[in-house]
Amino acid sequence: MLTIRNLVKTFGAARSEKHKRVHAVDDLNFDVREGELFTLLGPSGCGKTTTLRCIAGLEMPDRGEIAIDGRVLFSSEKRVRIPANERGLGMVFQSYAIWPHMNVFKNVAFPLRVMPRKQRPSKRELKERVERALTVVRLDHLADRQATDLSGGQQQRLALARALVLEPPLLLLDEPLSNLDAKLREEMRFELKRLQRELGITGIYVTHDQVEALAMSNRVAVMRDGKIEQIDHPRAVYERPRSRFVADFIGTSNFIDGTVESREGGTYVVDTDAGKLRITSDKEYSVGAPVVVTARPEHIELNTSLNGVGPNVWRGRVEARAFLGEVVDHVVSVGPHELRARCNSKVSIPAPTEVTLRFHEEAFSLIPAGE
Amino acid sequence: MAAPAVARPPIIRTERLRRLASGRNAIVALVALLVAYLSLVPLGFLLWQTFVRGGHLTLASFREAYSETGLFDMTANSFAFAAGSTALAVVVGTGLAHLVVRTDVPFKPLMFAASLVPLIIPGILHTIAWFFLLSPEIGVLNLHFIHPLTGHDFNVTSIPGMILVEGLHLAPLVFLLMVASFRSMDPSLEESAVMSGAPLRSVFFRITLPLARPALYAAILIMAVRTLESFEVPAVLGLNQHIWVFTSRIWSTLNAVPPDYSTAGAYAMSLLVLTTIGVFWHGRLANRARAYQTVTGKGFRPRAIPLGKWKWPATVLILAYFVVSVVLPLAILFYASTQQFYSPPTHYTLTHLTWDNYKTVYHDPLVRHGFKNSLILGLGTATAVMLIAAVASWIVVRTRLRGRWLIDNLAFLPLTIPGLVLGVAILSIYLRTPWLPVYGTLWILFIAYLTRYIPYGMRYSSTSMFQIGRELEESAQMSGAGWFQVFRRIVLPLLMPGFVVVSVRELGSSVLLYSPGREVLSIAIWEMWRNGQFPELCALGVLMVGGLVVLVGVAYKLGARIGVREA
Ligand SMILES: Nc1ncnc2c1ncn2[C@@H]1O[C@H](COP(=O)(O)OP(=O)(O)O)[C@@H](O)[C@H]1O
Ligand SMILES: [Mg+2]
Repeated sequence: MLTIRNLVKTFGAARSEKHKRVHAVDDLNFDVREGELFTLLGPSGCGKTTTLRCIAGLEMPDRGEIAIDGRVLFSSEKRVRIPANERGLGMVFQSYAIWPHMNVFKNVAFPLRVMPRKQRPSKRELKERVERALTVVRLDHLADRQATDLSGGQQQRLALARALVLEPPLLLLDEPLSNLDAKLREEMRFELKRLQRELGITGIYVTHDQVEALAMSNRVAVMRDGKIEQIDHPRAVYERPRSRFVADFIGTSNFIDGTVESREGGTYVVDTDAGKLRITSDKEYSVGAPVVVTARPEHIELNTSLNGVGPNVWRGRVEARAFLGEVVDHVVSVGPHELRARCNSKVSIPAPTEVTLRFHEEAFSLIPAGE
Repeated sequence: MAAPAVARPPIIRTERLRRLASGRNAIVALVALLVAYLSLVPLGFLLWQTFVRGGHLTLASFREAYSETGLFDMTANSFAFAAGSTALAVVVGTGLAHLVVRTDVPFKPLMFAASLVPLIIPGILHTIAWFFLLSPEIGVLNLHFIHPLTGHDFNVTSIPGMILVEGLHLAPLVFLLMVASFRSMDPSLEESAVMSGAPLRSVFFRITLPLARPALYAAILIMAVRTLESFEVPAVLGLNQHIWVFTSRIWSTLNAVPPDYSTAGAYAMSLLVLTTIGVFWHGRLANRARAYQTVTGKGFRPRAIPLGKWKWPATVLILAYFVVSVVLPLAILFYASTQQFYSPPTHYTLTHLTWDNYKTVYHDPLVRHGFKNSLILGLGTATAVMLIAAVASWIVVRTRLRGRWLIDNLAFLPLTIPGLVLGVAILSIYLRTPWLPVYGTLWILFIAYLTRYIPYGMRYSSTSMFQIGRELEESAQMSGAGWFQVFRRIVLPLLMPGFVVVSVRELGSSVLLYSPGREVLSIAIWEMWRNGQFPELCALGVLMVGGLVVLVGVAYKLGARIGVREA
C-alpha cells in the first residue's frame, strides 16, 4: 500500500562541523501492507521521526519516492511533491498537539471545517462524523470539555480521534504513548491495537520502546543511523536477529564468537573457545567462516547436576546472581566468557557453584562476524 | 508536618544594634529612599503644579488647557496616530515574525538585521530620513516613483505619513516580541493543523494567531503606549503643519513665551493617565497569560513550513521590507550628508559630492558638546542605574524586609511616565528649588535618565538575581567575600553598553531639560533640524549611526541582548 524507495534526507550539521551533513534517513526502502501496523523501532536519533515526517510531507526528502496505492506523494525523479495538507494522511504527534484554544468537539471538527468548500460536509453531517470519531475513542461524553482540561490519556485519544475523523488511508503515529505514565501506557497499548484492528487502519508506528513494538505491530523495522537493519515479524526479530545491533537493542543477548566447523543442511556446528554449539540457521555460511552466536539468556538452563557435556551443553561456574522478582539472573563464566542466564525464580544458585549450562535450540541466532 | 517548636536564641541587644547600623543597611536605606525620591517626587510636583493654584485645589489648568481651540483635533490626532501606527507596526511585525520563525522563507538574517533599526537609527534621524524620502515635491520617492505612477505626491507631513513613519520604526519591536512568542510555541500544534488538511492561510488565522494572542495583546498595548508618548515623529512631521498631538502640544506650550507650566502639566497629566492605564493593563494581561500558559517554552527544534508557491511573494516582501526600513533611510541620510545644500538626487548632485559637512560637524561646538555630554551621561547613567537597580532588586529578591514590595513598585513606576512628561515634571521641581541648583547643568539630564531607566535596570538585575541563585552568594560569603564583593558579580556589567546606546538616542526626556552647552547628541540633531542645517545634520546622523553600530555590536558580544533590545 505504501511504498518507500531510496528515501534520503540530510540536515545541515551544527556550525562546528561545517562540511558534514547529518544523514538522518539514509537510502530507505520498505513497503507497508494494507491493514497492518508497521513499526519503526530504533534508538533515539536514528531517524524514525524524520522518516515519518517525510511520509507526512512535513519534511522534504533530498531524494527518493513515496507513494500510496500508486499515488505518488513525493518523487525526486518525477519532480512530484504533494504538500502535507493535500496528502490526506492522519497523524498523531508525540506531544498530542491538542489546540488549547478549542474544546474537544472543535478540535475534532477542525479537519472537516477546513476542507475545500465543495467537499465540506453539512452541519449535520459534520456533527455526526465528529461524534462518531469521539465515540470510537470513547470521548463522546466529553465533547464540550475544554481540551486543556483533559487528562494525558484523554488528550491522547482526542489526538487519535482528530487524526481519524477524515478516515485517512494511512495513520502516522510518532511515539504516541511516550508521554503517558507506565500504567496508562500499557492500557493505551491494547486500546490502540484494538482500534487499529477493528477499524482496519493501516498505520506506521514510531517508537524506541521494544516492548511496545513487539506487542503491537504486525511487522517491525529496526532502524540504526538512518538505515533499516531488519524488517520482520516481531517474533522473528526477537528470535532471529540478523545483526548484533538488533540482538543487542531488543532484549538482552549473550554474544559468543566462533567459526563454522561443519554444516549439514541448515544445521551448523560452531566451534568457540568455550565449546561447541549446534545451531540451525536459514542463512548461508561456508565452513571456516567467522560468525557470532547470539544466545538469549532466558533460553539458557542452569543445572547443578554435573553430568553430560557436548554440543549445547557446557560446564561453567556461577559468579554472581541477582534476584529480579519474577526471574533470577545469573552470571556464569565459561572459559573466557561471562554469560548471562535467566532462570525462573525457583532456580537460584549461589556463587561460586559449578553448573551445567544447557542451551535450548531457540536460544541461538547466527550472525556474520563484524556486523 | 509540624516542625517542633524551637526556642529562638535571644539576641543580645547590642548585637542587634550593631547589625542595624552596618554599612549594608545604610546602603539599603539609601537606595530605597533614592528610588522613592526619583519616582515619587516628580509625580508629586506634577500633580501639585497642575491641580494647586494659589494654595488651593483647582481644575483651572485643565479648564484652560482643554478650552483651547483645536483641542478636539489634538485628541483625535493623538488617537488616530497611536491607533494607526500601532496597527501598522503590529501587522507588519507579526507577519514578518511568522514568516521568519515558521516558514522556509530565505534571507532570514536580513530580517534580524532590520530588527536592529530602532537601536541604530534614533527616532529623530529615522523621521528626518523619511522626510527626505516622502515629503511633497522634494521627497525622492515622490519624485521618482509615486508621482510618476499615481500623478500625486504622498505627503509625509500628514497623519497617514506620521503613521507610516512611526509604524515602520516600531515594527521591529513587535517583530522581536512575536518572534519570541512564535518560537516558544510547539510547532506540532501547527503541523497537526497542516496534517488535518488546512491550507497555510487557515493554519495562520485559526491556529497560530489565536495561540499567540497573549503576546499579541501585549504587543498592541506596548506599541499604543509608545506611540502616545512618541515625540520625534509628531515634532518633525507635524509641527509645521499644525498637526498637534499631546506630546507636541506639551512641548509648544513650554516653548511659548512665557512658558505655561500649568497647562503643560494638564496635558502631561492626561497623557500620563493614558500611558499608565496601558502599562498596568499590560501587566495584568501578562500575569494572566502566564497563568493560562499551556504552550510551554520547551526547546523545540525549529521547523519550517514550506511556503510552496508563496515562497516568491514572501521573498519579495522580505527584501522590500529590508530595503524600505534599512537601505532607504540610511542611503538618503548618507546622500544628504554629501551635499552642499539639500536637493533631491540628480546626475549633477550625485557627481558633486563633498565631505565638507563632516568637517563642519567635526568642528561644530554643538556637536562636540553633544558628544561629550552624551558620553558622560551615558556612562554615568548606566553605572548609577546598575548600582541602584542591583541593590533595589537585591532587597526585593533576597531579603524578607517588610515593605520590599513597595520598592519593587516604586522602581517600576517611572515606566509609565512618558519621556516628555518626565521632562515637564522634573522641570517643575528644579525650577522651584533654587537651593538645589541642578537646572542648567548636566545633573538635571542625569536625574531624568536615571529615573527613566531604573525600571529597565530593575528588571534585568532581578531576573539575573533569580537565576544566579542564593548559593553563589552564600558560598561567596562563606569564603570570606563581603557583601560588596558579592555584589559586583551579581550586578551584570553587561548592561553598560545597552544603556549608553539608549541615552545617546533619547530625545523626549532631554528636549525640555537641556540648556546651552548641555546638549546631548539627539538634541544637537534636533537643533540642527530646527535651524535647517540639513546636510550637516545628516553627516552627524551618519556618524551617530556608525557609532551606534559599534556600540550595539559590543553590547551583543557581551550578551546584553535583552537589555539592548527592549530599552
Ligand atoms: N530539523 C533538524 N535539523 C537538524 N538535524 C535534525 C533535524 N531533525 C532531525 N535531525 C537529526 O536527524 C537525526 C534523526 O532525528 P530523528 O528523526 O528525530 O530521530 P528519532 O525520531 O529516531 O529519535 C538526528 O541526528 C537529529 O539530530
Ligand atoms: Mg523521534
